[in-house]
Amino acid sequence: MQSILPLTLEDIEIRRNGKRLLGPVSWVLDGAGISILMGPNGSGKTTFLRAMHGIERISGGRIRWAAQAPEVQQAQAFVFQAPIMMRRTVRDSIAYPLRLRGVSRAQARSAAEEWAARVGLGAALARPAMVLSGGEKQKLALARALVTAPQLLFLDEPCANLDGRATHDIEHILQDACKAGTRVVMSTHDIGQARRLADDVLFLHDGRLLETAPKDQFFTRPATPEGAAFLKGDLLL
Amino acid sequence: MAAKLAVSLDGELVEITIRSLQVTITATLIAALIGLPLGAWLAVSRFPARRYIIALLNALMGLPPVVVGLIVYILLSRAGPFGVLGLLFTPTAMVIAQVIIITPLIASIAHQAMRELWADYRDLLISLNATRMQRIATLVWDGRRTLLTAKLAGFGRGIGEVGAIMIVGGNIDNATRVLTTAIALETGKGDFALALALGFILIGLAVAVNLGIHMLSRTEQGSLW
Repeated sequence: MQSILPLTLEDIEIRRNGKRLLGPVSWVLDGAGISILMGPNGSGKTTFLRAMHGIERISGGRIRWAAQAPEVQQAQAFVFQAPIMMRRTVRDSIAYPLRLRGVSRAQARSAAEEWAARVGLGAALARPAMVLSGGEKQKLALARALVTAPQLLFLDEPCANLDGRATHDIEHILQDACKAGTRVVMSTHDIGQARRLADDVLFLHDGRLLETAPKDQFFTRPATPEGAAFLKGDLLL
Repeated sequence: MAAKLAVSLDGELVEITIRSLQVTITATLIAALIGLPLGAWLAVSRFPARRYIIALLNALMGLPPVVVGLIVYILLSRAGPFGVLGLLFTPTAMVIAQVIIITPLIASIAHQAMRELWADYRDLLISLNATRMQRIATLVWDGRRTLLTAKLAGFGRGIGEVGAIMIVGGNIDNATRVLTTAIALETGKGDFALALALGFILIGLAVAVNLGIHMLSRTEQGSLW
């Protein structure tokens, strides 16, 4: 399959009811690894991720991919902050994206069982997804996103409200996915998590992309006062 | 006396009961085939006339059965556009009238249920690039237990309906007589014991079908939806 990257954002802007939520933002996403979006609450991280994934309509600017629309949509996945659980079993939930793509029921279920085992849900295959714990739900959401072997995976604060064990497991799954060739773009509030996972960091404040830098550079020599203040734990107004 | 009659399993009584079930179950199934996808389609679609269609469906829930019966009668009568089919005073005509009465009810309740499910699923299904047909199919499948309420409401309305099926069925003995029309007839004749016995059967049927479907569908169980 042709690579959908680079993704080029040219002055994208999102406005709702006359209020600017994001932009103008320009950025090029390419290569491999994990890019982490950081910034205080309301800085536009979720909106930015949703815009790149195509589920948030942009008000201005341009988004360009290296491939055509159907291929681009098939080659990416999104994990939401509050995992969306379907009224299905764990097995059928993970198999669902494959079934949408016309994969046979048997093949989809077999792939789902493999992914459930990989994310530690092998013993919960027949359980309804809705009754899983918070950490298990997020693992299911990850398995459902990765079962299609996406080239690009967006995650919106996937470890928010999870305990240390679940966070560790999810970070491990993400690193494995990255090693397997999936490009990851993820938002997080957790500076420690960003230090553990990031190859590069994007820092957003008030809907604007203030910094893009390799991890080490951002954490040791932030280029903006806002970035430095954020790392110090100061409130950004 | 009425209770004794009800449990006597008189041949004619059994035949009327079976016919009632046949007509209403057939009408409910057809109405569900139309109403459930219609409700889901309205939940996932956004177009200018959508609000008017929803308002119309809600209004049609209160459609007077007698008027439906009259319209179906005119359409199926010999001089009507479908007179050539010879359906008037047959169980098929009764099914048609019931489908018209039940469908808005099922579609409207389904729309309410599907709207809530769509609010939960929207981002996921858009993210997974599901087509509109796939979205509708997913909502109907995942909401199947919730949609049971819509189907049972449709069945309840159909099994107790008398005005429309009296007009289009004609209440003909051994042909189109069902429990409700038989009750109306026996009441008119002054045979209250038989009318009451038929009433008991009607209530028993409605309760039994509801309970049976709930048990078969395993609703109200902890881990299910």
